[in-house]
Amino acid sequence: MASRSSQINYAMGAAIVAALVVVLTFGMAAVVWAEAGSFWPTATDWAAVRFTLLQAVLSAGLSCLLAVPVARALARRYFVGRGILITLMGAPFLLPVIVAVLGLVIVFGRAGIVSDVMALFGLPPLSIYGLHGVLLAHVFFNLPLVTRMLLMGWQAIPSERFRLSASLGMTEGAVYRHLELPMLRSVLPGAAAVVFTICLTSFVVALTLGGGPGATTVELAIYKALRFDYEPARAAALSLLQFAMGAGEVALGWAVLGSTGFGVGLGRKVEMRPPRGWRFWVDILVIFIAASFLLLPLSAIVLRGIAGLADLPLGMIVALVRSFAVALTSTVLTVVAALLLALAVARKAKGAKLFDAVATLPLAVSGLVLGTGLFLTVQPYVRPEALALPVTVLVNALLSLPYVYSLLLPEARALHVDYDRLARSLALVGVARLRWVTLPRLARPLGFGAGLAASLSMGDLGVITLFAGESGTTLPLYVHRLMGAYRMEAAAGAALVLVVFSFALFVLFDGMGRRVAT
Amino acid sequence: MGWDAVLQLDRLVLTEPGFRLFADFIVPQGAKVAIIGPSGAGKSTLLNAIAGFVVPTEGRVLWQGVDLAPLDPGSLPVTILFQDQNLFPHLTVAQNLALGLSSRLRPSVQDVQRIDWALTRTGLAGLGDRRPSELSGGQVGRAALARALLRARPILLLDEPFAALGPALKAEMLALVAEVADETGATVLMVTHDPKDAQGFAALTVLVADGLAQPPVDTALLFANPPKALADYLG
Amino acid sequence: MEYLQARPVLSQLEKDMKTSILALGFVSVVAGFPCAAVAKTPVLNVLTYDSFNEEWGAGPSVEKAFEASCSCDLKFVSGGSAATMVARVQMEGKSSDIDVVLGLDTNMTAAATASGLFAPHGQTWKNDLPVSFSDPYFVPYDWGWLAFVYNKNKLSDVPKTFEELAASDIKIVIEDPRSSAPGLGLLLWIKTIYGDKAKEIWTGLADNIVTVTPSWAGAYGMFTEGEVDMVLSYTTSPAYHLIAENDDTKAAAVFDEGHYMQIEVAGKLAATDQPELADQFLAFIGSDAFQSVITKNWAYPAVTPSVGLPEGFDRFRPAKSLILSATDAVAVRDGALAEWQAVLAK
Repeated sequence: MASRSSQINYAMGAAIVAALVVVLTFGMAAVVWAEAGSFWPTATDWAAVRFTLLQAVLSAGLSCLLAVPVARALARRYFVGRGILITLMGAPFLLPVIVAVLGLVIVFGRAGIVSDVMALFGLPPLSIYGLHGVLLAHVFFNLPLVTRMLLMGWQAIPSERFRLSASLGMTEGAVYRHLELPMLRSVLPGAAAVVFTICLTSFVVALTLGGGPGATTVELAIYKALRFDYEPARAAALSLLQFAMGAGEVALGWAVLGSTGFGVGLGRKVEMRPPRGWRFWVDILVIFIAASFLLLPLSAIVLRGIAGLADLPLGMIVALVRSFAVALTSTVLTVVAALLLALAVARKAKGAKLFDAVATLPLAVSGLVLGTGLFLTVQPYVRPEALALPVTVLVNALLSLPYVYSLLLPEARALHVDYDRLARSLALVGVARLRWVTLPRLARPLGFGAGLAASLSMGDLGVITLFAGESGTTLPLYVHRLMGAYRMEAAAGAALVLVVFSFALFVLFDGMGRRVAT
Repeated sequence: MGWDAVLQLDRLVLTEPGFRLFADFIVPQGAKVAIIGPSGAGKSTLLNAIAGFVVPTEGRVLWQGVDLAPLDPGSLPVTILFQDQNLFPHLTVAQNLALGLSSRLRPSVQDVQRIDWALTRTGLAGLGDRRPSELSGGQVGRAALARALLRARPILLLDEPFAALGPALKAEMLALVAEVADETGATVLMVTHDPKDAQGFAALTVLVADGLAQPPVDTALLFANPPKALADYLG
Repeated sequence: MEYLQARPVLSQLEKDMKTSILALGFVSVVAGFPCAAVAKTPVLNVLTYDSFNEEWGAGPSVEKAFEASCSCDLKFVSGGSAATMVARVQMEGKSSDIDVVLGLDTNMTAAATASGLFAPHGQTWKNDLPVSFSDPYFVPYDWGWLAFVYNKNKLSDVPKTFEELAASDIKIVIEDPRSSAPGLGLLLWIKTIYGDKAKEIWTGLADNIVTVTPSWAGAYGMFTEGEVDMVLSYTTSPAYHLIAENDDTKAAAVFDEGHYMQIEVAGKLAATDQPELADQFLAFIGSDAFQSVITKNWAYPAVTPSVGLPEGFDRFRPAKSLILSATDAVAVRDGALAEWQAVLAK
């Protein structure tokens, strides 16, 4: 019989985690509130707010609009490599933003491949800087995400209905109106909300592709207020604006964020009669364009990266090791915190509703808002540079908490419903239960969540830009600095290393989870 | 049959939203009792209250005169077999059995011998290394019974664990339950909605209907002259 | 001048990492002897922009020359670009371990002085600047004219004024005036020539500007990679290509209206723990030893060195020099910046 002392108090653990999350979110909001004082945002600050909303709306709209034909073509056509292509569409979510931006510059820049091709037809070269560059990058990241969500929607339509409509002799238009349109109506608003949320905190894209004062997001304005002008009050006021936008968005957006279709098998082809004739070629063209759009920048990184590898100095290795340490530490923090919260909520512990709300709270804040708050908190006592890495770890852990939590919660709930009584009747409690039931049964979402957290943390370039000096450079920052000096070859080399290692971290954790789970 | 070896439900009231059940009776030691009644009447709730998963609104569950309320489900003198999920799918059959002996899952040589004995006793010899997903429905039931055998608790509760099995297999399993019960001297309470199970297995039957769990009566007599609630249920 | 090597950040980082690894090893070796770890030679930390502190740049030559005479350890600390250095010093306040800041220009000195973080230098040496310059807090170390640099083989129709540039479809890259010294210089350059009409010039230039980079290095890198036709740099930039790469294709466009002058300065922090050494360094800046190597920064020395100027330095000489005093510059800056932001935000 297990003694009471061997039990684990998840409610207490969850309460501690919740308290930390509240301090780091609302606490930092309070800090920036106090610092902002009577500072009233100027016209340029409001312009940043307008631009942030504008680009988020446009990115969401464009990603959704373009995803419909891509997802439809993928849903009804079967071809060799289809599975690989759909899997690859999950990759941009894990791709470090700085790497993607570098790839896009190489492909779509004035001296890039696309401009070269256009020159053959006597067309002027492209410019990637400005609003359209920002949109290009955001569509690059979010088109695959929305496509996957839509594919799930198509697969959710029962195949009997497609068979029924075929036996009724319905035209393609009728099938679209009666089967596909209702699905699109229910999936697209959620997808748009997800993209909008992601783009609301866009920083690296605006920093690198903004091209001037016009394309400044609030996150970027916070960075400039601290690093260029050193106006803490302005940075604080901007942080409050960002916090307000994020908080407003959370209520709207989180409800649907769970439906991004990760880990869902999308291999099945939808039982739709694919139309023949010219529309076959249209579908093929759509798939080809979408695939090129995704693959060209990645291939460019690989090709130029390999060339740049020879050129990489020792510093890259040190930055890599640092990024590894940051990623692993923040992953451990996130996973432990998310597990405590999810178990407490699944077991309907006291305060479960509060824990559930708190777990989604970090979505309301952004890296730069947290960074500004932490910066203002520590700056009077310590040189910010000295805390660059701990702060990065903390912020990364906090920002990935909602994702890992939302992966764990449904599984933790199912585990509780299915096996809580059995475990309790066998006096399986505390560490033994954690060791023999909870961890093995949750291995899959734990592995997937840890992989996600680790690879996001490895590739993150956000709060570190506020704190870092020469020391404490992480690999994404290293790539950014090489890009800043327009050392494209070396930047691509470092970017290749970054992308390989962040994907490897994901595969490692996810694979560990899968192995334990089988 | 001494007073100190009975299961007593002492003016027990169980309430859930839109549901209330009253029970006040004694089950003699070693008895095999069927609990029968329409769905939703509260058969499983009654079993779960005895197993410590449902907290009574009023009244007590007593074993040998001791109130069981303060005990954890795992410390009760009870083994329960659920409708399903009786085995952890990620553990082997032997590991699932080992959990009946100790939660540390490091069985001693003696434990291993006992597990082998229980497996052989339930017709699962040599299947200890299999995962539950590699067993048939009947074998899963046998494994759960093997663990009950190892735990040797004085009360065995069956919440329709064999509902998904065919009639012949079910009869086989019930015969095994009877053997296990006789071997451990356990008192068995079995939920069922099938009169045949009750008639074939249990000397006593508790009828649960209209918010009341009636005291156990002789099964043969009950079915020979069914009260209105049972007659309505049987149709 | 933010110096013209094409690989500034990279080898800087390499150097830092090497030092940090060495430092790690060193620290672990001497961890048992904390007293022994206190170096006897005093260390002077000089904050400068990234491209100054680079293997092939002026930094190492200056370091070598100064350490030969000071029996100290001169450490250049990379601080990004000019404005981010000021922000960093303000941010760190009294906890900063920086002793001297090298790399501000006269457009920024008034704001830096007003921050109260700098101390008067007390230097008396005379400079050879083409305009009279004297500041109680900052000493000049080099200077140059801002100019748009282009490739002679690729661009034939070279503009002679900002109006011509604005009217053309030449693609240019400029630096952000909020972070970069030449970026701010361009803002004041246009403001000095056009005054109230500056807004129209910027409106005309808006479609020429491919992007605005935070630092000079990024802008110049884009130019050498062929992403743009012209880059905001200095009249002396082509000399780098001529001398270091034996490449005579680069040229600076000489504008009729005159060129804005940038005077780069150094100053000592009031909170320095090495005031004597800092003074010694500021005095060293006026010496021939410093001035003869500062041309590696691809700018004119503040005091003409005994060896004279390198080849190519006199190739693109503007007819007219423009410059605002520190006080005028700071007075004009915010308005000009707001105007610039408003135009380019459209």
